[in-house]
Amino acid sequence: MLEIRDLHARVEGKDILRGVSLTVKRGEVHAIMGPNGSGKSTLAKVLAGHPSYEVTSGEVLFDGKNLLELEPDERAREGVFLAFQYPVEIPGVSNAQFLRLAYNEKRKHLGEEELDPLEFKDLLKERAQIVEMDAGLMSRSVNEGFSGGEKKRNEILQMAVLEPKLAVLDETDSGLDIDALRIVSEGVNKLRHADNAIVLVTHYQRLLNYIVPDYVHVLYKGRIVRSGGKELALALEEKGYDWIKDEAEESQPSAASA
Amino acid sequence: MMAQATKEKSSYRAAFEVMQAEDARCLPAWLLRLRETAMERFEQVGFPTTDVEDWKYTNTGAITKGAFAPVAADARVELGADDVAAFLAPEASSRLVFVNGVYRAELSATENLPAGVVVADFATAFAGEHESVLRAYLARPSDPEVDGFNALNAAFLREGALVYLPKGAQVSAPIQLLFLSAPATQTAAVFPRVLVVAERESAATIIESYASTGESRSFTNAVVEVFVGENARVTHYKVQRESEAAFHIATTNAELERSGVYDLTTITLGAQLSRHGIGVKLAHEGAECWVDGLYLVGTGQHADTHSLIDHTSPHCTSHQLYKGILDGKSRAVFNGKVFVHKDAQKTDAQQSNKNLLLSNEARVDTKPQLEIYADDVKCAHGATVGQLEEEELFYLVSRGLHTDLARNLLTYGFAEELVEKIKIESIKRQLDEAILNRLHARLEV
Repeated sequence: MLEIRDLHARVEGKDILRGVSLTVKRGEVHAIMGPNGSGKSTLAKVLAGHPSYEVTSGEVLFDGKNLLELEPDERAREGVFLAFQYPVEIPGVSNAQFLRLAYNEKRKHLGEEELDPLEFKDLLKERAQIVEMDAGLMSRSVNEGFSGGEKKRNEILQMAVLEPKLAVLDETDSGLDIDALRIVSEGVNKLRHADNAIVLVTHYQRLLNYIVPDYVHVLYKGRIVRSGGKELALALEEKGYDWIKDEAEESQPSAASA
Repeated sequence: MMAQATKEKSSYRAAFEVMQAEDARCLPAWLLRLRETAMERFEQVGFPTTDVEDWKYTNTGAITKGAFAPVAADARVELGADDVAAFLAPEASSRLVFVNGVYRAELSATENLPAGVVVADFATAFAGEHESVLRAYLARPSDPEVDGFNALNAAFLREGALVYLPKGAQVSAPIQLLFLSAPATQTAAVFPRVLVVAERESAATIIESYASTGESRSFTNAVVEVFVGENARVTHYKVQRESEAAFHIATTNAELERSGVYDLTTITLGAQLSRHGIGVKLAHEGAECWVDGLYLVGTGQHADTHSLIDHTSPHCTSHQLYKGILDGKSRAVFNGKVFVHKDAQKTDAQQSNKNLLLSNEARVDTKPQLEIYADDVKCAHGATVGQLEEEELFYLVSRGLHTDLARNLLTYGFAEELVEKIKIESIKRQLDEAILNRLHARLEV
């Protein structure tokens, strides 16, 4: 479904991704871990098409299409979804209004009938249960005045409504207390099925206790330096990132000396 | 330049003489005298130029040069109920309709009113028992500093609307005053005048609408005066959506008695050049006003708002929120002054002007001002000029919204605070459409 080949990207003139390659198949859950500043969030933003991130080389295929040639909204309608690490507040635009527009844009793209506000309300009510979201929040402005946990739940609710083929969850666990983490994770697990794929970007292993990945990759200095199964995450939890860093420095001499 | 101005003034003089002669028998003498004095004032000061501080950013040269025909008696156009229907607020059960400045009884409705409440055109009012009300309010000594536009409006004071609410009268359905411009043989200059007198403990909602039936290049010069009595409440909407070829100059003055409430919301969508001067005088203790507005302009449009909120008495409250949305090559001016006199202790005044520029060619000049001479007051003011937030835009498009749609939605979000304030559904809907259908993307709420 997703094939990333030797991807290089920069932001504000600084090279962040330096050759990421990754293949994600339908039905799989991949975790991207790594120390702070390794490029995890950059990878997530690049996949979604954030305009501040510039791809300098490499390619990304999504269901055979060149993802990098698509505008961010086209990517979304094709089925790519990014759950933001810091969901944006949009004053004056209600959650329900925004979600219905997004949902209908996708329906139109697929050549399906749009839902009117009443029909959509029913759908939204049903999907909101997945993340135990209070219906009262739906008439409020997008993320405005939401707690950290509510914002993250709202991201997963959007995922539940839009039903993406590929969901990239950027640090969805950050800032969540244990109850919120459980609700969000259970929500994601309910949305996980054989036809979609999930990429979890996370610094900590604890999210992976709830959403068990098929593969774990460690990103360091803009490259995937190690891949493995879920046991790799446990090893990182136990030993930290230092041994990965040491290992990476040994096998890849620093750019300065190259 | 000078010759041009003189010629323009004399063309108004010629039309003025004709009108005075026509009206000599049917209108009261005090009115004829008032008009003569106003005409002299206009001839003395002329139209304001950009040399005048208050008109620094708004050039009225096109009005001075444009050959507008005042009191366009022969500009009477055939318009039926069907042509007018689109401009009526269905919520209103009484209305006065003026076409090119001329009252049209057959398009108006004044029957559904509580006892004692008067909604009448001036000609009817002058001939009836409320002549004394008109005289009491219209013939008050005017401000000697009155500008050329106000003077010209008074000089051509003939057609107008009187809304009179006797003590305790409660009018639940809104009253609409519709001023329509329709294409005519001459480009008309019209001088609407509105007088609202709300006696103590009365309440009403007024919808003052200006619209064009075609792309007419008209000149509207309106003056509206509102008197809010003790414990009375006047809710006032001014909706201006004249053609983008029109010139619209308007003045709204309100004066509030003890504990009177005046709630003004203005919506500016039309005209190539519009200027709205607002003066609210909180003249007695406990009075409270809202002076809110939204201007939404695009290429070729210029919208100017000048307001003065005058706190002359203690314990009064004023709230002002003006928002501007500027697209294309457009321009807006906001100049809002809150004046707190020495005796106006315990004043609470809040003022804010926020602008959203949707293009790099749009420009706004905003100047909120506080002038405070009392020492125990709570006053705040501020102004912002910004663009759509890139991160908000990315968030929306990352969910699959086309860029135009996302921009419209964010623009709507910017205006929402004001849209939500509007309690008249039809006005709200018009505004929703005006905002959401910009930038070619269609969208319903």
